[in-house]
Amino acid sequence: MKNKLKVLRAERDWTQAQLADALEVSRQTINAIEKGKFDPSLPLAFKAARLFKLSIEEIFQDEE
Amino acid sequence: MTNDVNNARSKPTDWQQANKINTARLAFWTATWVLTMALTNFGPRFLWDFDQVLTITAVILNLALGLKMVLVNIKHIKGLDEMQQRIQLNAMGITLGLSLIVGLTYSNLNVVNLISFHAEISHLVIFMGLTYLTATFIGSRNYQ
Repeated sequence: MKNKLKVLRAERDWTQAQLADALEVSRQTINAIEKGKFDPSLPLAFKAARLFKLSIEEIFQDEE
Repeated sequence: MTNDVNNARSKPTDWQQANKINTARLAFWTATWVLTMALTNFGPRFLWDFDQVLTITAVILNLALGLKMVLVNIKHIKGLDEMQQRIQLNAMGITLGLSLIVGLTYSNLNVVNLISFHAEISHLVIFMGLTYLTATFIGSRNYQ
């Protein structure tokens, strides 16, 4: 699954640690999601969508 | 919201604080359990001259603290984020599987006299600990 987390974060000038704190996960988890190594659960994806005021589809895209 | 995120690093969040407390609690109860394990093993010989009441008390105390440690560990794992939980779950699965296979093979070696020494349960515990540590380390590396 692809995502725009890194771009969205950079646009807001947030660090990985700041985003991790806001989503209540570890910085390592944010790093893994940005690199596409870990797919977040639906609740976490919704949380990210609420934080960025976007829909889930605008942040996460299926690669197929 | 943006200001909230920008200010987020100025102090530990509730999530971080809860994790720190859970980790400290786990360390405390693990240390307590290990101490009572030592007391149960060495107490009868060196402290109370095999008094049966004290020995049974030590065994029950050790068991009770072991159960408390398990409950605290469950709370600790529930407090981790979803990726950390997955790493722990994978490590537990690998540890359980390998311990079963290696443990029984080790026992067989002892039964058929292919090893000269007695197969001790402590060897299996050491193997489980090292396997869990290695699996957790490799799991964490895979997500970096």
